[in-house]
Amino acid sequence: MKSGSNLERILTAGYFAATGELGPPKSAGAEVIRRKARLLKGYVDGVNITDNQTAVVRMSSIAAGAILLHEGLEPIIQMTCRDRNRIAIQSDLLGAYALGLRNLLCLSGDHQTFGNHPGSKNVYDIDSMQLLQIVRAMRDEKKFQCGEAMDVEPRFFLGAAANPFADPFDYRPLRLAKKAKAGADFVQTQLIYNVPKFAEYMKRVRDLGVHEKVHILAGVGPVKSPAMARYMQTKVAGMDVPDSVVQRMERVPKEERKKEGIRICAEIIHQVREIPGVAGVHIMSVEWEEAIPEILELAGLLPRPVVE
Amino acid sequence: MIIAERKPLAEIQSLLAGRKWVLLLGCGTCVTVCMAGGEKEVGILAAELRIARQVAGEPIETAEETVQRQCEWEYLDAVADKITSADTVLSLACAIGVQAIAQRFPTVRVVPALNTTFLGLPTEHGVWQERCQACGNCLLGKTGGVCPVARCSKSLMNGPCGGSQRGKCEVNPEIDCGWQLIYDRLSTLGEQDYMLEIEPPRDWRTSRDGGPRKIVREDLRA
Repeated sequence: MKSGSNLERILTAGYFAATGELGPPKSAGAEVIRRKARLLKGYVDGVNITDNQTAVVRMSSIAAGAILLHEGLEPIIQMTCRDRNRIAIQSDLLGAYALGLRNLLCLSGDHQTFGNHPGSKNVYDIDSMQLLQIVRAMRDEKKFQCGEAMDVEPRFFLGAAANPFADPFDYRPLRLAKKAKAGADFVQTQLIYNVPKFAEYMKRVRDLGVHEKVHILAGVGPVKSPAMARYMQTKVAGMDVPDSVVQRMERVPKEERKKEGIRICAEIIHQVREIPGVAGVHIMSVEWEEAIPEILELAGLLPRPVVE
Repeated sequence: MIIAERKPLAEIQSLLAGRKWVLLLGCGTCVTVCMAGGEKEVGILAAELRIARQVAGEPIETAEETVQRQCEWEYLDAVADKITSADTVLSLACAIGVQAIAQRFPTVRVVPALNTTFLGLPTEHGVWQERCQACGNCLLGKTGGVCPVARCSKSLMNGPCGGSQRGKCEVNPEIDCGWQLIYDRLSTLGEQDYMLEIEPPRDWRTSRDGGPRKIVREDLRA
């Protein structure tokens, strides 16, 4: 075991994993995190806690993670390369580990011009690939990036993101291989609505043997409305939402749309589960955490396994 | 070359508030080619300023001069009399020219008429694009002649992020994805295996992060 985290134990034991996601509040209030934690407790193997997603200032991922841990959930903290240089990143990760956090997702981060401080300066001292390498070396070699040794090393189960729908499509499986080589133990993909395209991506991933090196969690999430589906289709870079999904949402009566979104999500989980090499799902339902238990129930993924 | 663009007239006027006469000093190199601060732009700006101040009832006198390069002492020294006698020098050079005047003529008030924007080139008539961030450790030999530091919005070193779609950057559809350009070039050259290698963290000391930079060439010093 690298970290001994619940997520690592479940994936290593060969169970089909299910992770969720929680966005920290735009405030210093801890209660909203506790409330969301209660919605997810017992339903997922780990909960991603975003690091100022879309570059909007929120409570820090590590702080919210510590609160979540206290509530008896397993956090997967996120760390982007946008806001911190290698000094701050390593320092914060030492602290995160000392607080009891065991899973870490390494990301480049959304560009700050998308967020609520578009005039801010970015950092990008390192990128997500280098971040994986650095944190793996901290864990496995007990060394900082500079080469200096440490006595108590942070032992994180290391995650990365992958977007099968971004361009160049031919390069994406190779990029995933590179992330595995850099130290990723698991990956969570971008939201999948185009299952055939994801299946083609996975075929190429299997041809490279990457699925044997890294646990691949397929990213899924419910759409609430046809407008949301259309927005993701046309406005969100790196998203692939087929017309069929938008049309299906349009066909149902307004009051049925949330249910339909949940049904579509559960169906996609059934479909991606059939694709060889998929080790689990990551359900992204930020600001609609209530949907997650229902999706998992419909997808036949409850109760969650317990691995000691 | 160094690309610059002129500041708004109102900002230039505020830099010259209360001044009675000003020397507009153009530069004959980069900013002439990018049509921001050459002889022609000096003439236009001088006329605009005189008219604006006339209208405001606070007339200003202008003198005009353009030197080959404001970033070299010898060209500045050739017009030293005009510079030192001016109430204010309004430099239409890049920021290097402005600072050269400030250093060479410690008692002279010099203000910029331009914003120095980037190192780049004209890609079509009237369009200029950034190409270099002067990081001090050129990677172009590995990346197919396309710079990831300058042309990836996140200066990523290991391939495109998840926001690259149809060749464009997530930041803005006007921006080409730098890593798509690198991928295409390396594929054309048969060098795409570079995209499989992990580029380690960079030593940014060669860039601005090491403090203001300086080159000393002993072989060239007197």
